[in-house]
Amino acid sequence: MSITETEALPAGAWAVDKIHSNVGFSVAYMAGTFTGTFSDFDAVVADGALNGSAKVASVQVKDPNLEAHLQSPEFFDAERNPELRFASGSIERDGDRVRINGEITIKGRSEPLQITGSISDPIADQYGGERFGLRLEAVVARDRFGLSWNNPLPSGEPALADEVTITAELQLAKQG
Amino acid sequence: MRVLGISGSLRRGSHNTALLRDAGELVEAEGAEFAIYDSWREVPIYDEDLDVETPHPAVARMRAAVRAADAVFFATPEYNSSVPGGLKNTIDWLSRPSLAESALRNKPVAVVGASTGAFGATWAQAELRKVLAAAGARVVDGEVAVGHAMDRFDQNGHLNDENLEGQVREVVRTLLAEIESGLVRPAA
Repeated sequence: MSITETEALPAGAWAVDKIHSNVGFSVAYMAGTFTGTFSDFDAVVADGALNGSAKVASVQVKDPNLEAHLQSPEFFDAERNPELRFASGSIERDGDRVRINGEITIKGRSEPLQITGSISDPIADQYGGERFGLRLEAVVARDRFGLSWNNPLPSGEPALADEVTITAELQLAKQG
Repeated sequence: MRVLGISGSLRRGSHNTALLRDAGELVEAEGAEFAIYDSWREVPIYDEDLDVETPHPAVARMRAAVRAADAVFFATPEYNSSVPGGLKNTIDWLSRPSLAESALRNKPVAVVGASTGAFGATWAQAELRKVLAAAGARVVDGEVAVGHAMDRFDQNGHLNDENLEGQVREVVRTLLAEIESGLVRPAA
């Protein structure tokens, strides 16, 4: 059973607790997975909608040269496109499962995106506030956003996959 | 707008330097400044032990010249199917010791090439574009392959082929447009 979008997310305004949340990505690379995170991001839930963003300059991987490469025009082009953004449209909830349709903007290009994941009901925290959680995942084809860099394996196959999984574990605190 | 020209050949009668001069005149015709930088001949072979806070003066001058330019226009010959070693050494110095500090970071760059063979240094151009992108530069689209270069310039050193001249003009305009698009930064 699904319920309507106005009830899918808790009512009121909620802001992400940046310390206790994570936004990152993973992509198949050679025989394994390359992962990274964004340390500077934002997310708010208000009027039943979810809006989020992440600063490209805050990308963190395990090598500073790779971080600089990811910010270069070959990848995210942080100079011209400093932010990744997401804005929700319809949101459906079924039990603790949630499905969010919206639009993601990467490198200045916007594409529809479906996010799936789980949601927890608001709880009272030990500081007198309320908070709830979202664990979200979506897959994007990086080539559609102009992030087309690759490096072929000796077989001729590309070393870096086109499909990138974006993950967000968000803890949102009630405002006001 | 200031465009710096780098020819991958230092030879006095270089076809690539002639091609670069031709491109430079087209840059100036579009209202931008142009200067050829050939002092990269003075930089040593890259050695990380030499890449210290106060590097070789020729390295410091070269990095400063590239940083001060709004764009760099490269013309490359092809040696052994690739970029001449000296030119690659130049890019190594410009892009190191870390990519975050690369003098080429976000710098609009264009690549053309000339060779006395039939193919106009197309492999070297492709490799140079790859290297420049890896060095953090903003590599614009457009290729000009001047093959049989010994027959492509008049006695004043200008391209004698209108089609090729038009291609160089197109690359120049693309490069200048790339600079201009960066002057208006999108809101964060």
